[in-house]
Amino acid sequence: MSVPILKLAGVLVASVQAALSDQDLMRLRDEFASQIGRYRSAGIVIDLTALDVLDSYATRMLQSIANAAKLRGANTMVVGIQPEVAFAMVQLGLSLEGVGTALDLEDGLAELGSLTQQRGHRVR
Amino acid sequence: MVTVFVESTVPIEREADIVTARQKGRELAAAVGFSGTEQTVIALAISEIARNIVSYARRGKVFISPTNDGRRRGVLVIAEDEGPGIPDIELAMRDGYSTARSFGVGLPGTKRLMDEFQLESAVGRGTTVRMTKWLR
Repeated sequence: MSVPILKLAGVLVASVQAALSDQDLMRLRDEFASQIGRYRSAGIVIDLTALDVLDSYATRMLQSIANAAKLRGANTMVVGIQPEVAFAMVQLGLSLEGVGTALDLEDGLAELGSLTQQRGHRVR
Repeated sequence: MVTVFVESTVPIEREADIVTARQKGRELAAAVGFSGTEQTVIALAISEIARNIVSYARRGKVFISPTNDGRRRGVLVIAEDEGPGIPDIELAMRDGYSTARSFGVGLPGTKRLMDEFQLESAVGRGTTVRMTKWLR
């Protein structure tokens, strides 16, 4: 199942609704990398609220999505990781080192908003 | 109401089968009475072990079944393949050890998720992982 990407206040938002296959994740990464340029987005949000397991492969792919986005000038926020999903990841030894996280979509967008603003100030 | 615990075997041949296996595992764990968190832990362990089959052996199977030792009930997971096998089990079970295709958490991480974990492997013949989680 491919994940649709929405544009929300200049930010690209992907809301994951079902178990993600490796292909879905790769497609998402490529899609983000090209849409960041097309829409000149400074941020992307990946909402994992509906996801019931995040394994080592998916974690690694999320990191790769965030790294690719960074190289294209956009910050990434992963939001909505459920408490039991987080607990299981920690027990396995997984982390999302180097990737921004927030509790939910609202917080993620707010966080990206303040990051973008800071960047704006620096430019001026 | 009588709850029927059904064992199942999921053939692992493609990456999509990993999702099927972990969903079956979660369903069975729920039927046995595991909490939401423990269901997720079991599903994650199955995901990792099934991915090892896809990455290293290409095909194999995951058997998931309710179990009990007379005192406790639990879930038994057996992952079997006829792949290349693991030459150095001790090394593979060392924390932080990783090959190009595993991601550094691999087998020792999966062992941490479960209560019992046994690994048998013979080079050229295949690998069997047997793991159990007990209901507390």
